[in-house]
Amino acid sequence: MNLALTDEQELIAATAADFMREKSPVSRFRALRDSKDVVGYSKSLWKEMAELGWAGIPFDEKNGGAEMGMAELVTVLEAAGTCLAPEPFLSSVLLCGQILHRAGSEEQKKTWLDPLIDGTHCLALANQEAGSRYDLAKVATKAVRHRDGYQISGEKIQVLDGYAADALIVCARTSGADDDPNGLSLFCLEAGAKGVTRARQERVDHRSTAVIQFDAVAVDASARIGEEGGGLEILGQVVDIATVGLCAEMLGGMSQAFALAIEHLKQREQFGVKIGTFQALKHRAARLFMEIELCRAAVLASARAIDERDDRVAQLVSLAKAQCSDAYVHVANEAVQFFGGVGVTDEYDIGFYLKRARVAELSFGDSAFHRDRWASLRSY
Amino acid sequence: MPDIERFRSETRSWLEANAPKSLVGFGSRDLESYTWGGRNATFATPDHKVWMDVMAEKQWTAPSWPVEYGGGGLDKQEAHVLAQEIARLELPAPVDGFGFTMIGPVLLQYGTEEQKKTHLTRICCGEIRWCQGYSEPGAGSDLASLKTRAVREGDEFVINGQKVWTSYADHSDWIFALVRTDPDVKKQEGITFILIDMESEGVSVSPIPLISGKSPFCETHFKDVRVPVANVIHKIDAGWTVAKALLGHERTMIAKVFGSSRDTTGRGRLVELGARYLGETDNRIADPHFRSEIAQAEMDSAVFGYAVQRMSDQSKAGHQPGAESSMFKILGTENNMRRSELEVRIAGPQSLGWDGPGFEQEELDRTRAWLRTRGNSIEGGTSEVQLNIIAKHVLGLPD
Repeated sequence: MNLALTDEQELIAATAADFMREKSPVSRFRALRDSKDVVGYSKSLWKEMAELGWAGIPFDEKNGGAEMGMAELVTVLEAAGTCLAPEPFLSSVLLCGQILHRAGSEEQKKTWLDPLIDGTHCLALANQEAGSRYDLAKVATKAVRHRDGYQISGEKIQVLDGYAADALIVCARTSGADDDPNGLSLFCLEAGAKGVTRARQERVDHRSTAVIQFDAVAVDASARIGEEGGGLEILGQVVDIATVGLCAEMLGGMSQAFALAIEHLKQREQFGVKIGTFQALKHRAARLFMEIELCRAAVLASARAIDERDDRVAQLVSLAKAQCSDAYVHVANEAVQFFGGVGVTDEYDIGFYLKRARVAELSFGDSAFHRDRWASLRSY
Repeated sequence: MPDIERFRSETRSWLEANAPKSLVGFGSRDLESYTWGGRNATFATPDHKVWMDVMAEKQWTAPSWPVEYGGGGLDKQEAHVLAQEIARLELPAPVDGFGFTMIGPVLLQYGTEEQKKTHLTRICCGEIRWCQGYSEPGAGSDLASLKTRAVREGDEFVINGQKVWTSYADHSDWIFALVRTDPDVKKQEGITFILIDMESEGVSVSPIPLISGKSPFCETHFKDVRVPVANVIHKIDAGWTVAKALLGHERTMIAKVFGSSRDTTGRGRLVELGARYLGETDNRIADPHFRSEIAQAEMDSAVFGYAVQRMSDQSKAGHQPGAESSMFKILGTENNMRRSELEVRIAGPQSLGWDGPGFEQEELDRTRAWLRTRGNSIEGGTSEVQLNIIAKHVLGLPD
């Protein structure tokens, strides 16, 4: 495992950083928030990103992808994180795209993955339920055999980008009790299918999510992705990949929040001097710098582990997510404190990072969850 | 076969043929078993001396130093392969010490041809052991305020003063020291970096006991010690530049010491301790609080290891390392200290022994080791000084 970026990866990173700086300043995110846009992101900008090939980085060429890896994708996600770009990398590419890429039939890939990669439509993953917390196996939504297919009933919450998605991948129980790791299956269906009702939820980070009701929604057997009962294995792998993607976005976010804070320490004067001269603040800033450097190493190591099919992938994912969760929240909290009073006003962007840090921390497991997962993966 | 793979197979055969069989699997246990070399060298076993001599003969004690100074002349990749092959056989370092980790790299950068020829070759064959004369009673974190005075008389300096925390001074043959040659200029500008033979008349050493009971630390006094001007490294009054370069090497060394303990395979030491002192339920450490702390400590070590590796991979790719050595010094030492405290807390009341019956030797050692770690964040530049370096040189915060 080499933890230096290749020249090609450096180039992708630089292109993405330039693009985000030019096309997606935080003011764009603020305007989206203010407009209460139900989509939550810009469909036209997403199309531009897809045209640059970013929605297809990890996928096969025959589906329109670039057949590159996580090491490339994380550089783009980091750039997106710096400016809080809310485009659907996580929902469409990292979650749904990966499910289709890994477990979809040729027919399913052609129907759902190809247009996802070229940016013409988006998918959302409906797996979380009230009370399921970070346990992927805790699913009450049922898919019962019905004629030649299934009938899906249940309620999913906080479906990221689910309100405006063109299609949904639903995790539903085909057998077993509500927390049985066996008996879960994945289904892909049109978001406008009969019996699907969506209500928009706005989270604290102002990204769009949805509560989605499935009321005896009928799907063909061909809607099932992978084997019946094999859903959790696919979902587990894909959520690990998406977690690394989220970590990269968090790395970008914490780096930018830190940069804003350092800039403030160099500009703001009190007691007749720049507040950055105070050792009490310098030392805290230096500690944040170290935490971010550790996150960068952890994100790269976990991305490389996925690309190299390293057998320590799960451990490294937990390492990265625990590290990034604690660091992003810490950096954001400290940054707001450095800003002082203006840090808690809506006018300043730093608050957006604080809110995004919290949401990212509590997605796919917080540091306590991942410490415990690390321990069980290492048999203690 | 690519050259590097040929080098690997040749190295492997050579090590298997020449390393004493008794040292295969011996590894680098505790500091007591290390080979430090020097005029009064002691060896953990007779084979340790054989091993040092055979490696010195092969010029592999300092694998990447130039051949003409006793080094192996290996490039980074070859040196890495040699280290891997030595690690594969779990052999101890043939000879170690500040000669290799601190003064050697500085001599390579700043020494004259003659200084390099004289001193590097004697380090490589384990003939001379070095110690460091930096801190003074009045110059700790504010190192540049040091007062040990060197007054020039012809071709000699006459040195008077006192150094503290001179690790292993009582076993060392030479000391590299910072001395004040000009008291009338800005404090950083009147310092000279000089090499002193510890056998010179007027040098005296006494140990400093630490809270852990035993100690490698000494105070070293200089009374009218006469040292040739030719022993100055770089220029007179330009010692601060050399001093900072050496501190960089020292921090890198400290970081390496703590960075090498990344155990991501197998059952770690903390887990073994947890299972032993806290018990297990359903094959998990019974106490969930300690389990979480153990996981955190393991993860801290792991992520630190990846950060060190990233710097190393980047430097191979041509990036210049910046103030990272300060960061790794802080992180490495603080991880080590937290880990040591955690070990003591896991063992509970069995960690409270100082001496006598009722405690196993391992428990007594663990407690002493914890006390020793309290110095980690102080020696080699305190964590606070390292944070200042990061704030200034990496973050660019104003003075």
